[in-house]
Amino acid sequence: MLQARGLTLVRAGGRRALGGIGLSIRPGERVAVIGPSGAGKTSLLRVFATALRPSGGAVEVLGANPWTLGGAARRRLRSRVGLIHQTPPLPPRQRVVTAVLAGRLGGWSLARAVVSLAYPSDIAGAREALARLDLADRLFDRCDRLSGGQAQRVGIARVLYQRPEMVLADEPVSALDPALANHTVGVLVAEALARGNTLIASLHAVDLALAHFPRIVGLRDGRVLFDLPTADVNGAQLETLYSQEGYLPTQHGKPFALPELKLPEPPRCD
Amino acid sequence: MRLAGAAIRPRDPAALPRLALVVVAVAVLWPALRLTEFDPATLLDPANARPMGRLLAQFLPPDVSLEFLALVGRSTLETLAIATLGTALAFAIAFPLSLVTTMSLSLSAIGPARDAPLRRMLRYPARLALIVLRAIPELVWALLFVRAVGLGPSAGVLALAITYGGMLGKVYAEIYESASNRPARALMEAGAGRLQAFLYGVLPAALPEMLSYTIYRWECAVRASVIMGFVGAGGLGQQLELSFRMLNGAEACTILATFLLLVLLADALSALSRRLLA
Repeated sequence: MLQARGLTLVRAGGRRALGGIGLSIRPGERVAVIGPSGAGKTSLLRVFATALRPSGGAVEVLGANPWTLGGAARRRLRSRVGLIHQTPPLPPRQRVVTAVLAGRLGGWSLARAVVSLAYPSDIAGAREALARLDLADRLFDRCDRLSGGQAQRVGIARVLYQRPEMVLADEPVSALDPALANHTVGVLVAEALARGNTLIASLHAVDLALAHFPRIVGLRDGRVLFDLPTADVNGAQLETLYSQEGYLPTQHGKPFALPELKLPEPPRCD
Repeated sequence: MRLAGAAIRPRDPAALPRLALVVVAVAVLWPALRLTEFDPATLLDPANARPMGRLLAQFLPPDVSLEFLALVGRSTLETLAIATLGTALAFAIAFPLSLVTTMSLSLSAIGPARDAPLRRMLRYPARLALIVLRAIPELVWALLFVRAVGLGPSAGVLALAITYGGMLGKVYAEIYESASNRPARALMEAGAGRLQAFLYGVLPAALPEMLSYTIYRWECAVRASVIMGFVGAGGLGQQLELSFRMLNGAEACTILATFLLLVLLADALSALSRRLLA
């Protein structure tokens, strides 16, 4: 169970990233968070991942308040949550196999971690996670030899290998072409369905969110603008959500088919 | 754009700090130049150049008698042993201290652990220890240890281990901090322990730099062992001191040529390691 009540986050410098978020997400739910850039999607996911401490309000992750737990208990809680970063945090000189295996460090003893540096302790497991993203052949390559899209998928493979109870994906396919992005989100959804884990993904492309997720949360200026089953999301809501952008971001960079949406400007590159 | 007048030209906000840096550099260097009375022209003064030339003339030809070369060979091995063992012990001192002092593994950014104050309290003595270790030059330590353990290489090893331990520890910590902390932080956010996060998140990026700096320090240790030899801490330096004392320029020349070879060797080793790790 993931719960947020009156969640606020003030970043260094005084900028208000989250302004009172209330959300409740049941185990096994699949939720897409959409909204213009700067809306607070990343901040929200990082607070849910217990990577950021909220400035105010309450947050409950997998049934526990991470900020009243002791250090060791919070570590255990963190190992049950997997965060997929938009730019994968891979050391350039590390091999892909090591980077993927690092996903389970939270469950490993220090001795196992040291031994696995000398000889990868679960090559088959890392290969299996990579194979689901069509990257099995890059197992022993170095991370800095990968393209941006490949690195992003290695970051996803690491979280697949981690097997967390809750996957938080922050723009997980932003560096992939539309077909691959579609396939990769499909892999995340299939994993969530097979293992029953919760999946919360922030997505820039609205069509991707609508196609794969049964529940959509629209975020703007650090607040929840709407929180609806996908079937109930209509064009007017999306228009309000993206009114400052002036267009609706989709995978293909083309305007989404919404008759009431005015398009005063061509899409920016951002 | 919040500014109403869009005609305002944006200024580089980093310009002022850069200017300040230049001013500080000049303010530091100028008095230093005056205080040391640094003047390269004195070297070219004929009154100084002539005795220098006589000394150099003594150097040729170098002493290459088999007997002396055997002696130099033994001393070279001793010097290499001092430098290598000294650097290895320095690493053993530096690595744990660098882990304690570095900020790059600080958990406080992602939520303080319960023992955070304790860890903070541990960091300062460790940092102080590193400063004390390297604040006293190896020559002074060598003099001290020659008194304690007697004339010979073990005094040199101990002196190097202590001073270089302080230097390596400080530089290692800085190398960790100059690497991106995102990988380690991401691992800690996924439940990894601090040391695990270090091994998988920081070490891959830091390793080549650590290795190349350690090899450079080893090269410095070879040279330092010469100076320490003058106070009786063994190796080629002790040999050089003997030759100088007996005003034997030919022997000194052979020993200096050996140094040159050693430093070239260290350089080649460092280049090789960098290529292997690139």
